[in-house]
Amino acid sequence: MLLSMEKINKIFPGNVVATNNVSLEVRQGEIHCLLGENGAGKTVLMNILYGMYQPDSGQIYYKGQPISIHSPKDSIENRIGMVHQHFMLVETLTVAENIILGQWKPWKNLKEMEKVHERIKNLGEEYGLFVNPNALIRELSVGEQQRVEILKALYRGTDLLILDEPTSVLTPQETVQLLNLLRGLADKGLTIIFITHKFEEVFQVSDRVTVLRDGQLVGTTDTAQTTFGELAKWMVGREVFMDLDRSKSNSKEVVLSVRGLQATDERGLLAVKDVSFDVHANEIVGIAGVSGNGQTELALGLAGLIEIKYDRLELCGQELKKITAKNLDRIGFGHIPEDRQGMGLILPFSVAENFILGEYNSEPYSHYGFLQNRQIINHAQLLVNKFSVRVSNVKEEITNLSGGNQQKVVVARELNRNPNFLLVNQPTRGIDIGATEFVYQQILKQRDAGSAVLLISTDLEEVFKLSDRVLVMFEGQIIGEVPPDREQIFKVGLMMAGKQVEEELA
Amino acid sequence: MEDIQWIVGLQGILVATIRLATPLIFSGIGLVIAEQAGVVNIGLEGIMLLGAFTGWTIGFYSGSLILGLAAVIIVGLISGLIFALFTVTIRANQIVVGVAFNMLGIGLSGFLYRTLFGREIGLLKLESFQSIEIPFLSNLPFIGKILFQQNILVYSSFVFCLLAIYVLYHTAAGLAIRSVGEHPRAADTMGINVFLVRYLCVLMSGVGAALGGAFLSIAYTNIFVENIVSGRGYITLAIVAFGRWKPVGTLIGALIFGLFYAIQLNLQSLRGIVIPYHVFQALPYFMTILALLSMRGRAIRPKALGKPYEPSA
Repeated sequence: MLLSMEKINKIFPGNVVATNNVSLEVRQGEIHCLLGENGAGKTVLMNILYGMYQPDSGQIYYKGQPISIHSPKDSIENRIGMVHQHFMLVETLTVAENIILGQWKPWKNLKEMEKVHERIKNLGEEYGLFVNPNALIRELSVGEQQRVEILKALYRGTDLLILDEPTSVLTPQETVQLLNLLRGLADKGLTIIFITHKFEEVFQVSDRVTVLRDGQLVGTTDTAQTTFGELAKWMVGREVFMDLDRSKSNSKEVVLSVRGLQATDERGLLAVKDVSFDVHANEIVGIAGVSGNGQTELALGLAGLIEIKYDRLELCGQELKKITAKNLDRIGFGHIPEDRQGMGLILPFSVAENFILGEYNSEPYSHYGFLQNRQIINHAQLLVNKFSVRVSNVKEEITNLSGGNQQKVVVARELNRNPNFLLVNQPTRGIDIGATEFVYQQILKQRDAGSAVLLISTDLEEVFKLSDRVLVMFEGQIIGEVPPDREQIFKVGLMMAGKQVEEELA
Repeated sequence: MEDIQWIVGLQGILVATIRLATPLIFSGIGLVIAEQAGVVNIGLEGIMLLGAFTGWTIGFYSGSLILGLAAVIIVGLISGLIFALFTVTIRANQIVVGVAFNMLGIGLSGFLYRTLFGREIGLLKLESFQSIEIPFLSNLPFIGKILFQQNILVYSSFVFCLLAIYVLYHTAAGLAIRSVGEHPRAADTMGINVFLVRYLCVLMSGVGAALGGAFLSIAYTNIFVENIVSGRGYITLAIVAFGRWKPVGTLIGALIFGLFYAIQLNLQSLRGIVIPYHVFQALPYFMTILALLSMRGRAIRPKALGKPYEPSA
């Protein structure tokens, strides 16, 4: 047994129980999956092991010794490495500088970097992790940045490597590469803890799996001894029905028609290049792609939040010269934004106040400029019941709700206006399966009621589950359209990596 | 003959430029170090005033400028320590704490001076730092007088700048400082003590500001007057932004400000001009604003600038 965490408790301020008496045992040289929904406590448990959090109680044994880890410095000294979900890389520094950061004596001259470059190259060759040591982090793709994170751990010497949801930012091909790499590392004796909420990955890569739910340990088992269904039940606590009932879309009425749309990102670089597409009534068009390929700018542009250029744009039969909040509102537009806490909600406001964000100044919520609290509360109560948002009091600050319930508030507010055109960006990021199921059903319901829906997501499963047509976006362009057929997923993966599929097949 | 007069005049302006830039180089380089680590020390004006007062007072009583300087450094360290305590440990808003420092600096230096010396403002003088001629170099035509016949503090300010460049860009410590200003959590995961780095950097900015202020009362002049710093602490903030948070850019910014200050002093002394001298006095500040405007566009300030770091738990 390399690692044994015993009865780890961690309670956050506000009495939020993150882990409750969780125990975990990891054997030398295995790949151990830590499976659970968002908020199950996986990341917290690993952050405790890495010294980012202090447990309230519990004991960690490592290599047969009880150890206490007060900071990442301690875990580094114990040869524990962690690849965080949000990369811990300094964008303005080079690959090599990031790798030696904090490892050298302060007064050491950076001239000695040459040797570091050499070692990085050697490590790269040994493990098949190629990166240019001299490149600035911000010039690298997400996949390359992840390789730097793994190199960081290998460079300073690691016996136990923790990876937190490492595949969430990768294309299917990159995922396969990563899993192969991890297998190789484990065969060389490295022990790996792999956090995930995707069952497939558990079966693809792990020797054993531990499941957490609501901060509690559900169980640990050999991967070979378990089944998809059993793990799902462990993880959610009940059977999961994720196959959605749906009718075929048959509308020919174009609701949104875009020709030659261009948008720039915050650095002023062209992020969406000449994109054209239609969305029909009673149809969900999915846009698949690895994040950072222009989806954010496309969504912000269509919502009128950044300035865009286009040749022609029609919404509900009207040609729009300029997209403004006012004319979007007139036509009937709903927006479930990518960043629900930053754009969808105002966190210090109450649940009820968040429900009237777009309409605070109109009847019946406002009367001659005075807020009509009774109307606002009643409205909120109605929506909370209709969309089963779990909240004890609608006057409660929305920041206290779980991610899933926050998202339900956004969805309820936007769908309640019964929009003709619904723009949905990353609707289920960071929310649990239950809420995901619910959000899916609501979006489908809206489509069945006749709305045109544009769904942008980096989660391929999600795009395929919901869409009537799938467009693939790469480097600001739409490089292909495929039907949402499971057989096509691998092809879409190739397209997401920028491969024109026609030539692949030829 | 006219040519020579012209050259001597220009030389005089450039000599003054360097001197007038010196306090800004001290405070500016200190601020660069703090801001590279993610802390905006807006309290420079106040710390500069405390430095000016301490240096002059200790120098005056003890008769030793070196003792005065030592006291200035201690005051700079204490100011930096208090500023860091509030902004790094307690995580108070850096702007608010900075403004408090400035008010404290103005009030305390003025109050103590009056308490100790009554109201004889400007009458008490000490023997200030004198120019040191560097052998050979000071005999160089034209530039010898500008660069190599200055006092010890002027030379020190350039050494301070060179040291900052060396540490920030050529040592592992510099890497740590820059990472703390960009992405403190990443630095934390690599075992860097974010708090310690920020404390040390804020201490440097305290010392820089205190020395910059002291230069005004014990080297540039030999008197202390209330509000002797007259906005240079605020100008420093502008200069560092102009210099894109880098030592070299900041040095250039300080020299530009010094140049315009020297020009305005010269213009003031010209006879027969009807424009009120206040207009000339405004010139360096006005030029600072213009310089800042010329730098608009993509700012490359450290990403975590002004944001307190909260360790996860």
